[in-house]
Amino acid sequence: MSETCKSKNNCTGSCCGVCCTKIENFNVQSGSTSILKDVNIHVHCGELTALIGPNGAGKSTLLKAILGEVKHTGSLNYLDEKGLRSSNPLIGYVPQYLNFDLSTPTSVLDVFQACLIKTPAFLYNPAKLRQRVSQALSKVKAEYLLDRRLGALSGGELQRVLLALALEPVPDILLLDEPVSGIDNSGLEMFYDTVSTLRKNYDLSIILVSHDLEMVAKHADRVILLNGTVVLSGAPAEVFADRRTRELLGVPSGAVQITAIPPVKGGLIDA
Amino acid sequence: MLDAWYQLLSTMPFGWLEHTFMKNALLAVILAMPLFGIIGTMVVSNRMAFFSDSIGHGAFTGIAIGAIVGILKPVLATILFSVVFAMAITFIKNKSRTSTDTVIGVFSSTAIALGLVLMSQGKSFNKFSAYLVGDLLSITPFEIGMLCAVFMAVMLIWLVYFNKLLIISINPSLAASRGINTMAVEMIFSAVIAVVVAISIQWVGILIINSMLVLPAAAARNVTTNVQGYHVVSIVLALCAGVSGLILSYYLNTITGATIVLIAAMMFFITFALKNKFAK
Repeated sequence: MSETCKSKNNCTGSCCGVCCTKIENFNVQSGSTSILKDVNIHVHCGELTALIGPNGAGKSTLLKAILGEVKHTGSLNYLDEKGLRSSNPLIGYVPQYLNFDLSTPTSVLDVFQACLIKTPAFLYNPAKLRQRVSQALSKVKAEYLLDRRLGALSGGELQRVLLALALEPVPDILLLDEPVSGIDNSGLEMFYDTVSTLRKNYDLSIILVSHDLEMVAKHADRVILLNGTVVLSGAPAEVFADRRTRELLGVPSGAVQITAIPPVKGGLIDA
Repeated sequence: MLDAWYQLLSTMPFGWLEHTFMKNALLAVILAMPLFGIIGTMVVSNRMAFFSDSIGHGAFTGIAIGAIVGILKPVLATILFSVVFAMAITFIKNKSRTSTDTVIGVFSSTAIALGLVLMSQGKSFNKFSAYLVGDLLSITPFEIGMLCAVFMAVMLIWLVYFNKLLIISINPSLAASRGINTMAVEMIFSAVIAVVVAISIQWVGILIINSMLVLPAAAARNVTTNVQGYHVVSIVLALCAGVSGLILSYYLNTITGATIVLIAAMMFFITFALKNKFAK
């Protein structure tokens, strides 16, 4: 893969005036086993890049490595519109599931307060913050959840609240780990619609770990097939048409209905 | 300062407040119980009940070491050993993939065995058996001063670190994405638990110290929906259980710590029954 990332206009140069994220040579070891090897990914602003792959392919590990939670080698570089490099971009993260005690007496507002300001949440919720959080929640149509207890939310509601939290403040890169269970289809559809809208409105770089291939086909700009390393990378139609995708994911050809094929950017890149 | 406290109490028309040891004990209860109530909120939220229990075992060994080495006052040796013990567990828990239960279990049983071996040396075990149940009425003015210092230090730490602890309790990865050094914060919190447990163990006793930490917060969880309510109710329940337990134990001639725990346990069951009314 060349040093420069392929841009929307296919020009060369740092990022052609749009921001991009370069993940270069990511390696993650656990003991003597290698979980990720030589992972190179370039993500542009305003693009939704979906990571797909079989169980144990290292999808969630890659997100955790990007977050700095898992030890890794390789570099993460974020270049903004002016071409300024930063190895410390602002990252928004929506975890796959929250392993918290469902009976925890913590309101949605409390969680936002703990993440956003220094005033200890156990003292009081400042009125100004209330307004800010209400606004943040309105981005995902969830203002009504402001005072609800975290454990009382449905899977879909929790997911939207976490998305709103990841967007406050608006990050450079948004990492989404799609929940495997606990959200019904209409909830998932709403989640994807929201993500799609946000991507356009805020010009976000989104990396999404997904298990729902139909949703990926419908909403992603690029798809990366991961299995310890990048196996395939390209437009959804191309990746889904490839033999390796079918073999790794066990989907018969034609099983994934690609209703709306996004315009092809770059080309199919073999890794 | 303590004189002012004595004077204030001597104006009260309560028979149980006649003795100086009861005045001291009341002050200790008023300082220690809110501490348990506050720290307990995060012990329960982080599912650390087993962890705080093991700190009690670590403190037990600290007492034995302190008695044998004899350089420091026993209570200081206990605090020191408990903090090292707690931080070691947190460190290993974070660095290895062994399950938390196992790590704590290994440390806990090693500590209690070591403590028993050290204490049984020279057949001096009886001297230590007081630590199993504790004696709140034996608290000295110096110890109250120490408790006061710990109280203020914990409040300060709580103001600074509570928000971070809360996010970690919800999801460590989420906390990491917010730039929080999860391990450092967990270390600080475990040290706080260790200090509070170590300093209280001689009055509360190793057998029930953990109930003091867990019960008020567990009861408060039943009837609250946000962290402000959680804290207020936990502190109030802890204080009520402490003061009423102290008074009851005086008249019933029972062990104070255990009496307090029984009242706190009763509060838990009552709030548990009320759960559906309050916490939606």
